[in-house]
Amino acid sequence: MAGPDLSALPEILESRPADPSELLPLLTMIQGRWRHLPQEALRAVAARLSLPLARVFAVASFYRSLSFQPKGERLVQVCCGTACHLKGARAVAASLEKSLAVRMGATREDGRVTLESVNCVGACALAPVVMLDGTVHGKVSGPGAAGLRL
Amino acid sequence: MRLGSTDDLRALRRELAARPGPKRRLWVCGGPGCLASGAQEVFRAVEEACRAQGLGGASGLRADLSGCLGLCERGPLAEVEPEGWLYGGLRPEDAGELVSETLIGGRFVERLAADPGCREKDSSPFYLPQKRHVMARFGRARPGSLEDYLATGGYGALELALSELGPEETFRRVERSGLRGRGGGGFPAGRKWRALKESGGGTRYLIANGDEGDPGAFMNRALMEGDPLSVIEGMTLGAYALGAGRGFIYVRHEYPLSVERLRAAAAAAEGAGLLGADILGRGFDFRLAIVEGGGAFVCGESTALTASIEGREGQPRVKYVRTTEAGLWERPTLLQNVESWANVPQIVANGPEWFRRTGSEANPGTKVFSLVGKVRRTGLVEVPLGTTVGALVNGAGGGVPRGRSFKAVQSGGPSGGCLPESALDLPLDFDALAEAGAMMGSGGLIVMDDLSCLVDTARYFTGFLCEESCGKCAPCREGLPALRDVLTDLTEGRGRPGDSAFLESQARLLAATALCGLGKSAANPVLSTLRHFREEYMEHEEGYCRAGRCRGMYLPEVDGDLCRACGACQKACPASAIEGERKEKRRVLPERCETCGACLAACPFEAVKARRPKKGAPDARRA
Repeated sequence: MAGPDLSALPEILESRPADPSELLPLLTMIQGRWRHLPQEALRAVAARLSLPLARVFAVASFYRSLSFQPKGERLVQVCCGTACHLKGARAVAASLEKSLAVRMGATREDGRVTLESVNCVGACALAPVVMLDGTVHGKVSGPGAAGLRL
Repeated sequence: MRLGSTDDLRALRRELAARPGPKRRLWVCGGPGCLASGAQEVFRAVEEACRAQGLGGASGLRADLSGCLGLCERGPLAEVEPEGWLYGGLRPEDAGELVSETLIGGRFVERLAADPGCREKDSSPFYLPQKRHVMARFGRARPGSLEDYLATGGYGALELALSELGPEETFRRVERSGLRGRGGGGFPAGRKWRALKESGGGTRYLIANGDEGDPGAFMNRALMEGDPLSVIEGMTLGAYALGAGRGFIYVRHEYPLSVERLRAAAAAAEGAGLLGADILGRGFDFRLAIVEGGGAFVCGESTALTASIEGREGQPRVKYVRTTEAGLWERPTLLQNVESWANVPQIVANGPEWFRRTGSEANPGTKVFSLVGKVRRTGLVEVPLGTTVGALVNGAGGGVPRGRSFKAVQSGGPSGGCLPESALDLPLDFDALAEAGAMMGSGGLIVMDDLSCLVDTARYFTGFLCEESCGKCAPCREGLPALRDVLTDLTEGRGRPGDSAFLESQARLLAATALCGLGKSAANPVLSTLRHFREEYMEHEEGYCRAGRCRGMYLPEVDGDLCRACGACQKACPASAIEGERKEKRRVLPERCETCGACLAACPFEAVKARRPKKGAPDARRA
């Protein structure tokens, strides 16, 4: 399989100063653009910031928002914050696993959708909540979650 | 327009404050909760209705998005200025009526009242105990609008500091205010400020911690999105008083809107000469950067946060040396929560005596809490420190819903603690909460009712902390999974005698030996629930969950004296394990029951009880 088209990479790299403190912002932008961190991009970041590849890899593997495996085209996040937990987040997760045919924390084989948990999106008063591509949906009931249109 | 001097600033502030406001304004809430329940769509419909009615500049009637109005439960909300009416549960279809009846007609629409029976926001029990200082601009100024910020007193503190007070008196005002860190620890801000001031010469940094990682807390998010300039002005005052040239606001990855609003507000302030180089022509520079986190809970810890800003993994270090001596890039650094920073402009402008008038002697000022979980009215509240837990839970929150009973309130995030009913009389301040085995944390208050299982709650928090442990020190990396595994056994019917004692000793070891503050407090969920709810642990050792939460560890039974034959339990049961004809009291068929708990939650009369399963009954142990 051919790697992803990275022609937009130089522009991203040059949008930030070549300073080690730009490592996380750059990785976040790359993740946003390609939905994962292609190996080649990690090398380019290391070269741009004059950092050892090991350091880039360490940071890339530390943060939850970054991934080496491509995320699905659509991102479904079940909030597992305290308020959501108390109000039935587990049932919501179970019903989404069924309706989307993908397990929590995984990306469906066709690459269409990733289902994962997120630790609180700050909409606790509307628990339980689900985030669809960054948009919060509140008061989602267990069976109702299956009705979220993708 | 770039302001070249404090005189320019004063003139502009006066002009904007004197400018007549709109005759009537509809503030559609743009807080985190309301946005999640569709406020954006409501606002769009309202704007359209305004256009259709030809409202605009000259009419004196307008609609705007506001910062968080608080009562998230009833969202999307809208407040009417100047009447102070509060609407809730709005849908885009209501826009026409809102505009024609209220905005143009000046009449209250009864059916859209947010809190039935209360027209004015301030007459609702939710707002009665509140005193809004930090949240004062929510519903008075458009979030992040420099013009509105200036018109509502904003940058008055910076003007006063630069033109009259000077750095020393600005510092003294904060020191004498008695402000304590709003991020949770309650460390006196004045001591931190003094430490930075007295640190060696050279570069100094300021940081605002907006990495609100505690699940159940969203007050920092509401603040960064609702009044970003108050945080920025607070930091600018700090920079002036302490001679810091650069600042960072570290924002949680999950809060993209906060990043966007802060960046826009900082750009506006910079454009006006209130931030950046040569502020107000005084030759004083303060460069501010908004940094987005990477989705790691541990980055809320100060040394992990500085590591993350430097572009490294967010792992804490041992604090032999305080951040105020060697923090960011080994330079003296002052790190405070965004809410602490937002208090600074008011303290500098109004003086420490004014600040101390609210709250208690050792805990002055207000604190924003997010009140969530099993209460009737959930949302964001700001009250004087020292207000009792009960005044929030039963007063503002309206108590536990639908005739269920209060069991516990959890404060301080995952590493906080669960407090029993006796805590309702406890004053909400840093010291009282710590003494009771919980902590203030960032201000999340999560209410639990009798259907919440405290062992399951401890398992939940411990599981959360396991995932978020950075892995640097063994007590946290290895100790938390050990706790989690025993807690999982206890909640899945595999409990054994002695489990509670084991948990207690392991948790104490963790608290005594972990490297950072988050690791030390990671034992709190277990220790505080053991302290106040030990009998539930003992019952779990015997395979019984009284809350009816842990599957296979109880049997639902209908109490014939309480049952009113409404059939709610029967309707809710997915396994057809409840029988009874119309008007007949219901019965549970134990052999069919899957112990999902639906009947317990559905009964409006608390007639379905979670009974101890019979020993040896195989069905009861099915997980």
